Amino acid sequence: MDATPTVTAIILLAPFVAYLINVFFGGRLKEKAAFVSLSLVGLSAILSLLVFYHVVSKSLSGHFEGYRGTWLTVPLGSKELALGYQVDTLTAFMLVVVTFVGWFIQLYSVGYMAGDPRFSRYFAFLSLFKSSMLLLVLSDNLVGLYAAWELVGLCSYLLIGFWYEKPEAARAAKKAFIVTRCGDAGFGLGIFLTFYLTGTLSFQEIFHQAEALTGEKAQLISLAAVLLFCGAIGKSAQFPLHIWLPDAMEGPTPVSALIHAATMVAAGVYMVGRLYPLFATPMIEASWSLQVVAWIGALTAFLAATIAVAQDDIKRVLAYSTISQLGYMLLGLGVGGYSAGLFHLVTHAFFKALLFLGSGSVIHAVHTNDMKKMGGLKEAMPITFWTYIIGMGALAGIPPLSGFWSKDEILAAAYIANKPIFIVGLLTAFLTAFYMTRQIGLVFFGKNRDPHSHPHESPPVMWVPLVVLAAGAVLVGFIGTPWYNVFHKLVHFEGAPHHPFKPLPMILSLAAAILGILAGQNLYITNPIKGPDDEPLRRRIGRLYDFLANRWYLDWYDPVKPQPGYYLTPSFIRFTIAQRWVDLHIVDGMVNAVGYLTAYILARFYRLFDLYVVDGLVNWTAWITGFIGNGLRKIQTGLVQHYMFIVLTGLALVALWTLMKQMP
Amino acid sequence: MPDLVSPAAIPVILALLVIGTLLVALTPSAFAHRIRATTLSATLSALVIGIFVFLSFDPSESGWQFSFDYEWLPFIGSRLSFGLDGLSLPLFLLTLFLGPLCVLVSVNEIEERVKEFHICLLLTEIALIGVFTARDLLLFYAFWEVLLIPMFLLIAVWGSGNRVYAAVKFLIYTLVGGLLMLVAIIGTAWAASQTAPLQGRFTFHLDSLLMTRIDPSLQTLLFLGFAVAFAIKVPMFPFHTWLPDAHTEAPTAGSVILAGLLLKMGSYGFLRLALPLFPDACFQMAPLLAFLSVVAVIYGGLMSWVQSDIKRLIAYSSVAHMGLITLGIFSFHPTALLGSLIQMVNHGLSTGMLFMLVGMIYERRHTRDINEFGGLAHVMPAYTAFFLIALLSSIGLPGLNGFVGEFLILVGVFQAQWVWAAAGIIGVLLSAVYMLWLFRRVFHGPVSKAENTTLTDLSFREKWLVLAPVTFFLFLLGIYPVWLLRPSEESVRRVTERVLAERASALTPPSKVFPAIAVQELADDTIQFLFRGKMDLQNTARSGLANAHNGLEALFQQPFQGSPFRFRGQRSAFGGAAQPFDEGESLADRQPLTDDLLKGFQENPFIKRR
Repeated sequence: MDATPTVTAIILLAPFVAYLINVFFGGRLKEKAAFVSLSLVGLSAILSLLVFYHVVSKSLSGHFEGYRGTWLTVPLGSKELALGYQVDTLTAFMLVVVTFVGWFIQLYSVGYMAGDPRFSRYFAFLSLFKSSMLLLVLSDNLVGLYAAWELVGLCSYLLIGFWYEKPEAARAAKKAFIVTRCGDAGFGLGIFLTFYLTGTLSFQEIFHQAEALTGEKAQLISLAAVLLFCGAIGKSAQFPLHIWLPDAMEGPTPVSALIHAATMVAAGVYMVGRLYPLFATPMIEASWSLQVVAWIGALTAFLAATIAVAQDDIKRVLAYSTISQLGYMLLGLGVGGYSAGLFHLVTHAFFKALLFLGSGSVIHAVHTNDMKKMGGLKEAMPITFWTYIIGMGALAGIPPLSGFWSKDEILAAAYIANKPIFIVGLLTAFLTAFYMTRQIGLVFFGKNRDPHSHPHESPPVMWVPLVVLAAGAVLVGFIGTPWYNVFHKLVHFEGAPHHPFKPLPMILSLAAAILGILAGQNLYITNPIKGPDDEPLRRRIGRLYDFLANRWYLDWYDPVKPQPGYYLTPSFIRFTIAQRWVDLHIVDGMVNAVGYLTAYILARFYRLFDLYVVDGLVNWTAWITGFIGNGLRKIQTGLVQHYMFIVLTGLALVALWTLMKQMP
Repeated sequence: MPDLVSPAAIPVILALLVIGTLLVALTPSAFAHRIRATTLSATLSALVIGIFVFLSFDPSESGWQFSFDYEWLPFIGSRLSFGLDGLSLPLFLLTLFLGPLCVLVSVNEIEERVKEFHICLLLTEIALIGVFTARDLLLFYAFWEVLLIPMFLLIAVWGSGNRVYAAVKFLIYTLVGGLLMLVAIIGTAWAASQTAPLQGRFTFHLDSLLMTRIDPSLQTLLFLGFAVAFAIKVPMFPFHTWLPDAHTEAPTAGSVILAGLLLKMGSYGFLRLALPLFPDACFQMAPLLAFLSVVAVIYGGLMSWVQSDIKRLIAYSSVAHMGLITLGIFSFHPTALLGSLIQMVNHGLSTGMLFMLVGMIYERRHTRDINEFGGLAHVMPAYTAFFLIALLSSIGLPGLNGFVGEFLILVGVFQAQWVWAAAGIIGVLLSAVYMLWLFRRVFHGPVSKAENTTLTDLSFREKWLVLAPVTFFLFLLGIYPVWLLRPSEESVRRVTERVLAERASALTPPSKVFPAIAVQELADDTIQFLFRGKMDLQNTARSGLANAHNGLEALFQQPFQGSPFRFRGQRSAFGGAAQPFDEGESLADRQPLTDDLLKGFQENPFIKRR
């Protein structure tokens, strides 16, 4: 099916309609809300698959730029504001991930959220999220992208805080919104700078104009790219804004799977991929903005992997793993592995969603998040166990599961472009395999350490999505093997160098994964831990473990004891409170003082004025009148000759005056 | 249809409201509901005419429409002159829209002196429409001051807590500004009469004044007179302290009018009068005013963060939002100006709605203390939903109206001065912090107080008559803002063109972003101190610094090439009438000001007649 404006609009709006229905009639729909949401999102998923098929077949048969079109044009003065979409191969893949993976997660939610008092509200928010996320991947301009970007952030806020009665959930929602907004501030500046430099906000136009720039402006394009990347740092939870994602696990687990693993957090990676021509100016090898991307990605990948090693909360391990893998994708994009990074995005969406849903299944069964209190679930939950093993293998990079192929591509690109980053990538691969084995060991092997729990397999509505996603996690990888790389053929960047296949990075990455698994097996599976307080790793690395468990003391939003923020944040708040005092007593005090003084002085002045001037004037007039009267009385003699004398003198003076005037 | 409403629309609206006021005044106080109904129908019929006016408004026309011009005080050259253009239309509509809502929102809240209350409401609306449509400076001033009395009464009589203090403070503060403006208005009329086009004719009519170009040496002084009045009204930092008091103590309708409309009088005044009349002075003062705006944005945000009274928090957030609006105005960039204009409407709607919502909870709980609440989402879901929408609009979420204004302002400001835009973005970030903080404390978490468990959710009136219309416009303006933007575009373009073209003839060097010289001296001293007695090291360090400085300058100066501060364009359409003015001329070269003033008054026909 061609991606006509109508088709894309239906894809976009079907979930939105579901949202509206569920918001306005949710109270009456109750359990049927899920049905509304599933059918409308399903419609959008089917259309997306058709569009995907069409785009892929066209691309494989020849050179195909993608569909482009406008939904709506708005005349604004001399300019026209076009709300447009584009569907190229990258968008097509994202469409499938969002709608297809999303649909199964939604199906799973029916079981997971059953009996929740705000059941319909949950599906409303989830549908709104779908719609926003689809807008994000369909937009062909920065405004649409930014609008969708903020909207998915809002949905994330609403869904993390879905159980807002829990103070932690409310707090986590706020933290997520504010921390990502920090990145969005940079994103906003990046948009403004891009607009300043190119005079347009449409992607195609931007790339077109950016190529033509020379001199300092061409330098500034890289700055714009880095500012835009700030948005990705926030949304994709990269260092130093990674701190919100682990807390976001307070939300329902399917939300973690959909928003905080498969789709929304990958939006940052998608954005870098979408704006890659800006990052790759003047060329991939010489671009400092890509260097920034690569190093931030590498640092985050390693950092989060080390933290994941020392977490006991099953979802937090996965959250740090997500941060780490997102760093991996950005690392790949940064070293020039354009299709490698985006391929990892696709495979990761499948296996990480699978892992989250699996963990949700586990939590549903044992009612705790603490892995130390689980154990031995292998027998009780066989489907969950086997699908989890598949997800774990894909994440750890075991052939032929999907994660192996995409991770290997990234490492191959890093091996050629940047050796230090390659080594960081290898270390991360080792740690990834290790913490996943640790998780499997703690959750599924050994004996059940909580005598009160009675684990059981989840209902079919929950395990069917697990099986489907597991199948995806196995199969998706085969479109990107080094021998026949369909994905690269579909999604690639013109300027990116293509290197012949090298076996060494593949061997090394496989070795790292196997070593990690062996280490994990040795510590956690062969000798299961004794009780909830036992931690074999702490016995070996001691205080380093505490350092990792405390997340490297990097959480600046919720700082703990030795962190400078622990002392700085309260003092900042104290500063603000001091500012309030200043506002109240000095700024406002001055106003009051001026008012008071003026009133006081005026009152005083008026009193004196009244006493001496107004009243004085009256008295003075009376006195003058009296004075003149007294003076005049003296000439009132009563003698006629006196009067006549005065009259005559006056006449004489007048005559003299007239004569003098007439003289020349 | 246009011919039907065109010439007399504004006087008819004013007359309707005056008749409404009289009817209310003649109704016996006992009939409270009849009084409410009368007021409501007066404001609603005014709104209906307003809608017709909007529908027949021609967006391609940049000049006055619905112009009404009549002799008023011929001996001082003041005319009874009303009109609408793109600058006033949005605020005119906003006034008419909020009018009926203010009546509806006070149905339960106001139970004493109902008659007087509604008379005050109608008078404020009359005065506001007068301010937003007046085309004569004296008329503008008259309405400006008339507004104070009903507003003062609204706060002082129907307010809460420390209401008399707040009301008196509001009255005196704004009155002082108004008097300064009066002096400046007379000065402007006189200064304009001295220029060629008017040839001594003394007039207050805006069209005639705009034909002239006031002597730049006088502009600064006159501008300051206006600016102080407007800055108090906006309010700009540091003139803002009346606002939290007045907002907090006023009744709900009073807060809505204050935040929604009264503050806009200041920013509208800047756009309508200060920019076109005193372009040179505006340019001189722009760095200072923009700086104050940025301070307001951040200061207001931080202040909001540490308030415990919901109304006070929203009041301080108004300071921050209005800071962004004035920042947009003083960037002189057409996009930013357009954004500022639309943001005035947005702020009026979203902050107005927030105040309505706070009023509703205050009616139920008789407190506004954040600590008294918690978990309201449980008890009042509909209320929570509306509050969340208003709050999200206030923090500029795409899809809601606040985003459109903020985005346009920041895009424009960035192109004029990127540093200001960066500071503005910090303000936007802060708004998320304090608003979400408020939301979490009030709505999230468990229901902590027993009193809150029995609260009733919104009534039909509150939900569908008051909040739903506002919410509708929050979304409409957020998704499709063009219908309101387009009529204003031409007028905004005309203002910026006038400002920039007037400026083109007398250029001053662009304001420096970094006080480069001071920094260089400081760096030089540091180098000398660090490398005492080692000349070669000193020289290396100096040359390194110079390189870095040049690089930085290249980097930072780059975005300013499109800035109005270096604008070199043609003279405006009005430029033909401009007074010749030498570039090198300064205040000292001119005659002393007092002589000029005396001469002016001697030649003034008004004064001569006495």
